[in-house]
Amino acid sequence: MAISPTETEQRSEVGVVIAGETTAAKSPMRLAVDRFRHDKLSMASFVVVALLVIGAILAPILVKLGVLDYSTLHQDLIDNTNGGLPTGAHGGISASHPLGVVPGTGWDVLSRVWLGVSFSLAICLCATVVSVVIGAVLGIMSGYSRGALDWVIGRLVDLTLSFPQTLMLLALSAPIIAFFNSSLHLHGNLANAVYIIVVLGLFGWPSVARLVRGQVLSIREREFIDAARSIGASNSRIYFREILPNVWAPLLVQTTLLLPSYVSAEAALSFLGVGVQAPLPTLGNVLADATTWILGDPLYFWIPAVMIVVIVVSLNLLGDGLRDALDPKSGR
Amino acid sequence: MFAYIVRRAVIGVALLIVMSLVTFILFFSGAFDPARNACGKVCSPAQIEQTSKALGYDKPILTQWGSFLAGIVVGRDYPLDKKVREENPDLVTHCAAPCLGYSMVNTDTVNNVLKSAIPISVSIALVAFVFWIIGGLLFGIIAAMTKGSFLDRGIVGLSLIFYAFPTFVVGSLLLRFVAIKWQIFALPVYVPLTQSPGLWFTNLILPAVTLALFYMAAYARMSRAFIIEASTEDYVRTAKAKGVKKVPLMFKHTLRAALTPLVTMAGLDLAILLGGAIITEDVFGFHGLGLLAVTSNSRQDLPTIVGIVLLLSTFVIIANIVVDILYAYIDPRVRLD
Repeated sequence: MAISPTETEQRSEVGVVIAGETTAAKSPMRLAVDRFRHDKLSMASFVVVALLVIGAILAPILVKLGVLDYSTLHQDLIDNTNGGLPTGAHGGISASHPLGVVPGTGWDVLSRVWLGVSFSLAICLCATVVSVVIGAVLGIMSGYSRGALDWVIGRLVDLTLSFPQTLMLLALSAPIIAFFNSSLHLHGNLANAVYIIVVLGLFGWPSVARLVRGQVLSIREREFIDAARSIGASNSRIYFREILPNVWAPLLVQTTLLLPSYVSAEAALSFLGVGVQAPLPTLGNVLADATTWILGDPLYFWIPAVMIVVIVVSLNLLGDGLRDALDPKSGR
Repeated sequence: MFAYIVRRAVIGVALLIVMSLVTFILFFSGAFDPARNACGKVCSPAQIEQTSKALGYDKPILTQWGSFLAGIVVGRDYPLDKKVREENPDLVTHCAAPCLGYSMVNTDTVNNVLKSAIPISVSIALVAFVFWIIGGLLFGIIAAMTKGSFLDRGIVGLSLIFYAFPTFVVGSLLLRFVAIKWQIFALPVYVPLTQSPGLWFTNLILPAVTLALFYMAAYARMSRAFIIEASTEDYVRTAKAKGVKKVPLMFKHTLRAALTPLVTMAGLDLAILLGGAIITEDVFGFHGLGLLAVTSNSRQDLPTIVGIVLLLSTFVIIANIVVDILYAYIDPRVRLD
């Protein structure tokens, strides 16, 4: 990021005369938005993420309307004498299947990838919310109380971080999904999706809690906290009405950075056979299936592979851009 | 210093004890009947009861956990029932301390099951570690020294992309193209180091590169950021003003401050990987701890899974302590207390 516009803005904040005209004072929010808009990479990633979100919202609607069809078998488009590869060139591209069909089943690739991205983003967003909510609440409590509660939450963080994550996510799936089936009456792919949300969410909160705790340690010494305490505000009021509005910026950044890591984690778990199962698509299970066709049907492999890279890279860039914009001290 | 290590070790052991309890409750009180799983698909109720008794699954979970902890300290003898052992002395299996349990699926102690897998995981992790530290630091230094240039942007852009590629995709690509289509390497199979160091290394290249690419991408970006941050320090400017040349400035002054946070991360990442890279081992069919976890999971071999979880956690907890001590050595400003 260039240094000059930032400096100009900081001067203009106190209404200094620049180039012969007086600029109005700007709020910190306004300054952050300006900084963000000046960074081309951040704006580009913002546009890509916005398109992804719009696409993700549209996908289920298009499925309802019958435009996208992810589960109709097209055995007529599959050449079973050729190992199940699609008939026709380039993975069976045709007018009705613009990105070809899936080898072996003849499912429409475009529909599966599109809806898969939609489901993956939805599942991972829910998991991110679980992590951020737990992390924010425990982080605020830990940083504000400091005493015994801080110690307990600190050890809880140690405990969570000491578990081998991938292994736990893999090995817990059978017992926890069995528990969902018997006690909560969740079945099939709903249980699988809830499992991914719960375990990703429950193993991901420590980073959020540590970050928030660090921020709260300095916020709790500020005058407005003393003021709130002196008028007899309850702890929960101080946590959520006084402290929380002051940590939203790092929370937003953390949310944007957790989401892509969960998208990758969902894909990795799908490769291990955990999570939502076909015919329902997620980006992870489509990609896991596609990697078995790298040599046979390269187009079918590269579409979801490029898609996951685009999603993860654009969300990471957006997170970095937000951090730079909201915290001017963190230079890239 | 000594007091610090002792205190950390005590906390570490306490953490492990709590973890073993949590793991026990998660896996053994769940919807599964471990005796049923251990016994196999075709199993009469009498057999299930016998297995249950032999392995102690008929006892309450806290009792099971207690005897598990005792087994780690003094070892155990299977079957657990003393009367059965006296009646059938040829059936008795001794599990020496630290005993992690008995896997009915493998009809062997968990320790023996893990023993053959550990060297494979450690080999992959160590070779990958060397690749990623050398590659990550090299690219990080180059990018930081040419900050803003095309080279810098290229390195940052590529590292973002490699960071985003899932490990199983990179591994499958390397396996399919490099080993199968172009046949640059033979299909990787694990060869023990003691058998042939050359073959050990060449066979590890593909899995290690698969694993290293992800970390290399992360470390290149991190080391670049840390170096750029450290190069704004006053003492670096002073050194520059005194006429220190660019390369010695980087290696003697900037890098030392920039590396301290990386040591912490590298130590913890290595510890996690020592316990098995699940995806990489699965893709290449290397029977390390990671793949063992996958097969144990599909065979519902709970004692082996619990054993792996606790072994891996021990690695992580030890690494945490070692890294903190190392940190104090590298950075004289840090004091342990």
